[in-house]
Amino acid sequence: MNALPFAIYVTFAGALLALIAGRRSAAAARVVALVTAVAGWAITLGAAWNFQPAAHLQTLVDVPWIPELGIRYHLAADGISLTLLVLTGLAATAGILFSWNIEERTGEFFAFYLTLIGGVYGVFLSADAFQFFVFYEIAIVPKYFLIAIWGSTRREYGAMKLVLYSFAGSALVLAGLLWTYVAGGAHSFALDDLAQATVVIPHAQQLVIFALIFVGFATLAGIFPLHTWAPTGHVAAPTGASMLLAGVVMKLGAYGCLRVALPLFPAAFAFWQPTIAWLAIAGILYAGTVALVQQDFKFVIAYSSVSHMGFVLLGLAAANLRSVSGAVLQMFSHGVIAGLLFAVVGRMVYERTHTRQLADLRALPLFRLLPFAAVTFVLASLASMGLPGFSGFPAELSILIGAWQSSPVWALAAALGVLVAAAFTLRVLQLAFFGQVSRDSAATAHPLPPITLAEKSGATLLLAATVFVGLRPDILLGWIEPALHSPLLAAVLKGGTP
Amino acid sequence: MNGLPLLSLLIFLPWAGALALAGLPRLSVKASRVLALLFSLTTLALGLVATGRFDPHAAGLQLVEQHAWIPSLNVSYHLGLDGMSLLLVLLTGLVSPAALLASWHEERDVRLLGILFLLLQGAALGVFLALDFFHWFVFWELSLVPAFFLIKLWGGPGAARAAYQFVIYTIGGSAFMLAGFAALYATAGTLDFTQLAALRANGTLALQLGGVWSPMVFAGIFFGLAVKVPLYPFHTWLPPAYAEAPTGASMFLTGVMSKMGVYGFLRILWPLFPQELHAIATPLLWLALGGVVLGAFAAMRQTDLKRMIAYSSVNHLSYCLLALFAVVAATPAAPAAAAAALSGALLQVFNHGLSASALFFCVGVLETRHGGRRGLADFGGVRTAMPVFAGLCGIALFSSLGLPGLNGFVGEFLIFRGVFGLVPWAAAVATLGLLATALFLLMFWQRVFHGPTGAGVDGFRDVSPLEIATLLPAVVLMFALGVMPQLLAGLINPLVTAWAGSLP
Repeated sequence: MNALPFAIYVTFAGALLALIAGRRSAAAARVVALVTAVAGWAITLGAAWNFQPAAHLQTLVDVPWIPELGIRYHLAADGISLTLLVLTGLAATAGILFSWNIEERTGEFFAFYLTLIGGVYGVFLSADAFQFFVFYEIAIVPKYFLIAIWGSTRREYGAMKLVLYSFAGSALVLAGLLWTYVAGGAHSFALDDLAQATVVIPHAQQLVIFALIFVGFATLAGIFPLHTWAPTGHVAAPTGASMLLAGVVMKLGAYGCLRVALPLFPAAFAFWQPTIAWLAIAGILYAGTVALVQQDFKFVIAYSSVSHMGFVLLGLAAANLRSVSGAVLQMFSHGVIAGLLFAVVGRMVYERTHTRQLADLRALPLFRLLPFAAVTFVLASLASMGLPGFSGFPAELSILIGAWQSSPVWALAAALGVLVAAAFTLRVLQLAFFGQVSRDSAATAHPLPPITLAEKSGATLLLAATVFVGLRPDILLGWIEPALHSPLLAAVLKGGTP
Repeated sequence: MNGLPLLSLLIFLPWAGALALAGLPRLSVKASRVLALLFSLTTLALGLVATGRFDPHAAGLQLVEQHAWIPSLNVSYHLGLDGMSLLLVLLTGLVSPAALLASWHEERDVRLLGILFLLLQGAALGVFLALDFFHWFVFWELSLVPAFFLIKLWGGPGAARAAYQFVIYTIGGSAFMLAGFAALYATAGTLDFTQLAALRANGTLALQLGGVWSPMVFAGIFFGLAVKVPLYPFHTWLPPAYAEAPTGASMFLTGVMSKMGVYGFLRILWPLFPQELHAIATPLLWLALGGVVLGAFAAMRQTDLKRMIAYSSVNHLSYCLLALFAVVAATPAAPAAAAAALSGALLQVFNHGLSASALFFCVGVLETRHGGRRGLADFGGVRTAMPVFAGLCGIALFSSLGLPGLNGFVGEFLIFRGVFGLVPWAAAVATLGLLATALFLLMFWQRVFHGPTGAGVDGFRDVSPLEIATLLPAVVLMFALGVMPQLLAGLINPLVTAWAGSLP
């Protein structure tokens, strides 16, 4: 547990090393990156191994940073952050395996990549709002370069749009935090102190501040209608980066909502709760419907991410023990599944066929040409549809149960989303992999380069994770649920019975 | 239980077989077929063992296995067997190997075919044995996946569309069912069927759900099951799916999968929501009658033999629901009539599985002889070319028609006897369906086997030993169960008596 801060340091050090190693050879940079990611993941797993769930953040490091403002360097973890830390390690490792074929400026690629990861680790470990914000910004910058340099379709546009949205979101967050600090007369940026300070802020003002912070974070989580950066950005990004963006970075937004926005302003949250829930539901249904008519394979997956993140937001909005633990589980689950889907689309298929148009893929007997990719995608689709046996099922079920407890209408509307998800996933599965099953076309088609070992190991890793959590969701829930009993969160989660 | 988890073995041996096949990529085509068949036969063998251990005088769940699984969600791994489950396990044990034998000459991706069949078999068994919604739903949903691929990859020209339609319809229903169970869990805190039924019985459940939402939850679960059965008018996915599927898959779909919906009605919906069912029993009776009558008339209008049999499945399954709805409509009912209707419904489930899968196989045989053609008008005079086949197929047809002395009669007779005692007008309307069924099955018999010999029919080879082996067990059982229905009825009598006796 106490080793957790080293996940941040090791990753940043690895970024630097990868940059240096990249000057010698691409292979060296790859190895450095992989070793770093595995080391970071191992640290999180080691912490998980002897983790004692508790109803509060367990402080790891706490030293003064900018004493004049009461800003401290305060790292702490609870079951929620641990779940997301393990996800980050897993997604980082798998993402590097799927970036193994990056030949152009390899060292720099992995340097940006690991910086992003390090920032994400930092966010999940922060207990000081200011420091949280710093790591949050560190995670945003590398995204731009990853997309603009190594991206594909309309990469400059995608990168710029994504970064502008992210910065706009974080500007709102910063404004909200500063306002809280000043108006509340707080002496530090520690979340506990800020939460106490908000008591003196008038209710009307609270409503505005909460809206600023929440919208800022929720933008990154892809809340409707501020989600439009996500599809273009995810599609333009190189595979490894798409996996991280959809898999981990969107979780930063949701995590910020849960860790910062909700506990600071329980009363304001109660006011905005129905609005948030309906925006989440609108996101689930709208993005799902849009995914149903996409012609580009990767856009389908990108919109599906927005739809699945809608479930996370709905879980948060329903604000009871069951729904929020489901939301955190869904963050983990979607991180793994989105990673898999993007890996198949971007790496296994696109880099071999050089097209993502479903009309073109349909004419290829991909099921015969790339059986491994087809099987992986079938399993990932099942997981994405929320089929039981995979991690998405306990997560979405918990969210539906919790939503029902708060308002049955929400649960019913969200259940429609499950149906839409099944429809667009099956559609793309059919078109992309089973479009043409005649034997002649399989015989005459050009053979494609075989799936590499790196890809196979990455896919196996992610598949194993989704099935394991699908069968034993209680392990993660056992971490998450105690954390929801912390005083800060318990104040938000009213009326939630397990 | 002698330490042997018999029910788990029933479910997981087919899956172990699928895994074995998946792990042996170099297996020859022939060995793959044999291996798949052997694993498929384990269900029959274990099913017979379970029958041996089963106490036919007890109504409750037997051979129960229960282990804690996900304590934080209050989910346990809970399996159990009563007469209804046993009937369905035996049916699965009979139909699955036959379906594999029917696909014996398939040359394309034999290993994958075996894997999918075994996955499907295990999932179906899981549905019939699981007692906690959590893993029951795992099996329920996972059964769609192999079925989807079986239809899509080995099916006819319209298979892609039919498979998509089939899965979307069913998942659409399941989504509502999932929402319903989420609500149940939110209020009751458990997903165990037996616990939920106990809560319902002592009145807590309705109280906890509250007056407004109880019908909504009911509607969600009802919708999921109604699509699966299918209940008219949710049946439109069925004819294309059954018609486009390859013969073996059609046999499994109609023989086993179509039973999952009826099973769900009896295992879940009825115990949990008897009052809600009672409240809308009359409209439901009309829907069931719609399936009985319109299904039969639609079958009569088909020119494609496979679609004809598919519509006849709609018709036959609607009888089962008709019996259930009649019981809930007439509650408090005469126990004798209720028991007759319910045991008729269970026997009909088994009998339809037997006869409909046999008929799909017969159409498959005709199809292979005629180069893929299976129109009603494409044949004629087949009896002279294939006398043995005509005999076997004829028995299956007459079993489906409900001729006394064959198995189909017993189930339908009991249903009619029960429904007449409970809701006479419904029985009267249903006889229309009976007439139409007789008409189209006789039309099948006449146009295919008699009359002027059709073009090319002369050269038809009679059934091969393999085909006889596929069909004969079913035909023998049709006779045996027609003459001695107590063989099966004995297994379900205590259960049905308990059901009928516990009616309010």
